[in-house]
Amino acid sequence: MTASAVFVLDVKGKVIISRNYRGDVPLNAIERFSHLMLDEVEGSSPPIIVDKGVSFAYVKYNNLYLVACTTRNSNATTLFLFLYHIINVFKEYFRELEEESIRDNFVVIYELLDEMMDWGYPQITDQKILSEYIMQESHKIQGVAKPPPAVTGVVSWRSEGIKYRKNEIFLDVVESVNLLVGSNGNVLRSEILGALKMRSYLSGMPELKLGLNDKLLFESTGRNPGKGKAVEMEDIKFHQCVRLARFENDRTISFIPPDGEFELMSYRLSTQVRPLIWIEAIVEPHSGSRIEYTIKAKSQFKQRSVASNVEISIPVPPDADSPSFKAGTGTAKYAPEKDAIVWTIKQFPGQKEFLLRAHFGLPSVQQDGQLQKKPISVKFEIPYFTVSGIQVRYLKIMEKSGYQQALPWVRYITQNGDYQLRMN
Amino acid sequence: MSDAKYFQTTKRGEIHELKEELHTNDKSKQKEAVKKVIAAMTVGKDVSMLFPDVCNCMQTPNVELKKLVYLYLINYAKAQPDLAILAVNTFVKDASDSNPLIRALAVRTMGCIRVEQITEYLTNPLLKTLKDEDPYVRKTAAMCVAKLYDINPDLVKEQGFLDLLIGLISDPNPTVVANAVASLTEIAEASGMSDIFTFAPEALMKLLSALNECTEWGQVYILDAISTYRPSDAKEAESIIERVIPRLQHANAAVVLSAVKVVLGCLQLCTNAESVKTYIKKLSPPLVTLLASEPEIQYVALRNIQLICSRRPNILANDIKVFFCKYNDPTYVKVEKVDVMVMLANERTVEQVLLELKEYAFAEVDVDFVRKAVRAIGKCALKIERCAERCVAILLDLIQTKVSYVVQESIVVIKDIFRKYPNQYESVIGTLCENLESLEHPEAKGALIWIIGQYAERIENAKELLEAFIEEFADLDVDVQLQLLTATVKLFLKRPSNTQGTVKEILQLATTKSNNPDLRDRGYIYWRLLSTDPEKAKIIVLAEHSTVQYDPQKVDNQLLDLLLHQISSLASVYHKPTSSFLVNTGRQAQPTQQSTNTSGAVMDVMDLLGGDLSSSAPSQPKAQQPVVNDLLDLMSDLSFQPTSTPSVDMVGSHSLPAKMNSLLTADKGGGMAVDGILVRSGGKISYELQFKNISAAGPLSGFAIQFNKNFFGLTNAVALQVPTLTVGQSQTVSLAMTCKEDKTSPATPSLGLQVAIKNATGIYYFKDTIPLEVILSENGRINGPEYPQLWQSIPAANQVHTSLMNPRSLFVDIGLGGLGLEWFSFGQFFHRGFSHPPVPPFTTFAFFRKPVSSFLYLILNPGTTE
Repeated sequence: MTASAVFVLDVKGKVIISRNYRGDVPLNAIERFSHLMLDEVEGSSPPIIVDKGVSFAYVKYNNLYLVACTTRNSNATTLFLFLYHIINVFKEYFRELEEESIRDNFVVIYELLDEMMDWGYPQITDQKILSEYIMQESHKIQGVAKPPPAVTGVVSWRSEGIKYRKNEIFLDVVESVNLLVGSNGNVLRSEILGALKMRSYLSGMPELKLGLNDKLLFESTGRNPGKGKAVEMEDIKFHQCVRLARFENDRTISFIPPDGEFELMSYRLSTQVRPLIWIEAIVEPHSGSRIEYTIKAKSQFKQRSVASNVEISIPVPPDADSPSFKAGTGTAKYAPEKDAIVWTIKQFPGQKEFLLRAHFGLPSVQQDGQLQKKPISVKFEIPYFTVSGIQVRYLKIMEKSGYQQALPWVRYITQNGDYQLRMN
Repeated sequence: MSDAKYFQTTKRGEIHELKEELHTNDKSKQKEAVKKVIAAMTVGKDVSMLFPDVCNCMQTPNVELKKLVYLYLINYAKAQPDLAILAVNTFVKDASDSNPLIRALAVRTMGCIRVEQITEYLTNPLLKTLKDEDPYVRKTAAMCVAKLYDINPDLVKEQGFLDLLIGLISDPNPTVVANAVASLTEIAEASGMSDIFTFAPEALMKLLSALNECTEWGQVYILDAISTYRPSDAKEAESIIERVIPRLQHANAAVVLSAVKVVLGCLQLCTNAESVKTYIKKLSPPLVTLLASEPEIQYVALRNIQLICSRRPNILANDIKVFFCKYNDPTYVKVEKVDVMVMLANERTVEQVLLELKEYAFAEVDVDFVRKAVRAIGKCALKIERCAERCVAILLDLIQTKVSYVVQESIVVIKDIFRKYPNQYESVIGTLCENLESLEHPEAKGALIWIIGQYAERIENAKELLEAFIEEFADLDVDVQLQLLTATVKLFLKRPSNTQGTVKEILQLATTKSNNPDLRDRGYIYWRLLSTDPEKAKIIVLAEHSTVQYDPQKVDNQLLDLLLHQISSLASVYHKPTSSFLVNTGRQAQPTQQSTNTSGAVMDVMDLLGGDLSSSAPSQPKAQQPVVNDLLDLMSDLSFQPTSTPSVDMVGSHSLPAKMNSLLTADKGGGMAVDGILVRSGGKISYELQFKNISAAGPLSGFAIQFNKNFFGLTNAVALQVPTLTVGQSQTVSLAMTCKEDKTSPATPSLGLQVAIKNATGIYYFKDTIPLEVILSENGRINGPEYPQLWQSIPAANQVHTSLMNPRSLFVDIGLGGLGLEWFSFGQFFHRGFSHPPVPPFTTFAFFRKPVSSFLYLILNPGTTE
């Protein structure tokens, strides 16, 4: 479970700030860590290393290493999640987490580190709650800070006494499509990661109930989903505000929402869907002189939907030069820093097909060694549309003071996740 | 406003300047000064000399300033223990401040100051804050008990903090419950006394209901605590699973993995195959979803998935595609994914897996990962015979890439396939031999040479190929030289007609040009063999090889059991028992606390002695466990191998420790220091004690000793005789000990021994641990056949069993090193002692309580003596 100490290091491995929670690691232990890290190629060695009985779990963020070390058989998942929580809290507090912002705020950082972990056990890691009693200089209020009841309350994510003149709640249903297509054109993996993101501006302690067209719910109650189909979600994860036992019992999603923005739930579906945007690439390399690309992009969703900001990047050899493009629609650019052609199409309606031709020169002397074959990747957004067909059926709001008038605003959007097509 | 300005220093005279500023009456200036001090501390400057000056600022109503001062104290109190006392008053006062934030802050900080003088003053505030009206203070105080235990465990026990802590499990506030659980779990672990925190079923219910309400971290603490609970029967196990399974839906990956751990643990007890299936089904989606988290979490998840799949291969069999690598995965994730893919591959999915692996081998540039992919192809071939041909084809494709590390790795893998499926794929040898030049790595060279030797009769130019290697003999690795020697001899035996010169050359080289004794010896043996009887040599050198097998498991079964109980922990990530990566750092050696070692083995022993026996008391009938069968199996094994060889190393190196432990230090013993050790020699027990007078008061006299009632009834046989000791004098005495039958001895088995020593200045108490070998008798032989009978005569209801890892550390730690070679009986022991069953050394031994109503035994598998 426990972390002995937490360090923030700069890219050279120098300690910027640290907090020793248990006093059971020698001070020079972190120097050994820096030493071990210096020789490593990023991403090649595991994120946990052990040296002389001290284990280091580390996460890299911007140009910083966040390191938790321990001399015990601690919970590794907790260590990493705690580091990620630190990143989030610091980001919320200081807008950007970097060497400068740490130096500029070291007093608050010590306070935060003290409150977020005690004796190596994570305590309060919710930025909204923390910011109620740990404030930066400029926002200091007069009087003595007291721990807000939410710190230890049953509802640890929401403070009492929140008031809004206009009660509103926004719900975004965002689905990301992860796709992996093999070089032979077969779909190897296709999954949908969905998330319900909320922004709640509600007074008091509202009780919310959310209804989805959840297949298991309909099956258990024997009701007919009515028009439209029901969706079978494979694995659902909830924000800690959702009563899990209740959901397990009768699949009701009931909760008291945190104030402001949060992710209510996420789900996963691995049902095969037709890839929304399909890319075919024909590559004609003429070794030692030039290389030609013919790229066909096809939208395979409904005609009335439109994908916006479509960005297709096609990898090219690192030594390619003098690019020339002929795009039917959109604009193509050569991005030498990524060794790729980036083809952008602002509006891509459903059931359409666009073509791009590209031509590069190649040096006559070829590079040695094996080249990494990167996949084609695609970015897109399709508003007013979910691949899975998930729908919010209702969002009921109950509050003691009796305002039911809060209107839920629901938006749907589908976007790319890890959307990769391997090239031939 | 930026704090960065505090880092700007004014070089010389800085400390002096700070000192002045700290003493100013201007409060805001004072705060600025403290910030400068903290800034200096942050960049690693030593500002400990400002200790009294910073303490001076402690009494302030300003919370922010107070926090900074406290932070300073935590960092430097250890360097200035005497001055730290200055802070005590303010701490005590703050602990009863009207603001709960300050009360909590004071207790939290006091616990972090690891100076013993301070802890004495911590007792009262801690007692008060544990009962504070504010839950924020209570949760902080609960954690503080664990801090105190780390510094002074005796104080925690004496002051009844443990009971208070256990009381907090029933606290109405779930956050307090969670911290109390975390604190108790840690104390139980540190003390090795799992009975501190035995779950009554009611406590379990409380924890399960707190689970629904507390924060995400609290849920992790509670789930981890529940995972140590052993349900009494299948019904209870199922009810726990039902309560825990909703946690699999939590967004926090640590909650999910800890819930998985609890469910898997309980599943072992479930008897209903149908419900087991249902539960298993519920586990796989959350595990798959973990692969959508941050790469570091994915890594932890993948390492754990490997363990889970080793035990329950079906759990993710249908999800193999989620383990396919994305090109932007970090290498450490890709490598683990490939391992899982091979583990899960079956007849149905192997084709897909091979396509993926081939893609990696062709498209990736990371050398280590490409190698891994090639090896994985080989593993698939060894695992699933049907795909071996396909694997060989892919490997040949890979060899055509001419990328040297791909070629080399492929050849190594093909060699293994040849060994597993001999005489099937020899048609590819030609292609292999074309790639001689690109081989650099010794392993690849060795592999190819082995192939040439093995199939010398089919490779036309085998002689030329080997001769090419012989030419560079001196530059080759020793392993390659050995391979080359053997291959050449094989060549000669298979095609003697024109290879005589070649074999002579290599024998000459091996025997005269090498410094390596192995190579020389092997050269001489071959030489002699060939010159005496080439036919016999043929039989020997060309003998059938045992084939290689796919070894699906990365860890052996016992380790796997252990690791599955530690899912999500570092051990589960390393796939190693805790004893292999933890060392005891910086703890003060306290004789009463020899079990602070957290290594798995010792912990388990303490569990055995402290926990399980007590829970198997007649009032709580235990679940049936298949102990008898296990042991009888073992016995039948023994009959085949009556003289299984003991680990020699162990017998030799672990003789009885003769060093005395420090039992009582002078500052606690009123100037009298006592060192001592319990020893057994010639069948008699004695307590070797050394008394030392280091007091300032003058001579010490009037010594007497008394032993508290203990499990073994161990007490002194004669009175203690110590002459008057003048200052600085020391005296060693050997006190004869005996085990007396006494009905009032405590029933709970324990190795603890409480001792009181009196002298003219007062009575002093200390604790020692009874080494097991002192109690066990040397002459407890029993005949083999008698043993199963005795064993079977024990009622099954009284059986508990557990197995433990790493026997070596067990032997070291409880000191059984000198005993192992005898077979012990229970008959010859004194009334309450333990006996050994008759088993070969270091394999199994058992402790019995007489009468034979309850017992426990440990199986130490000889295979795990490493």
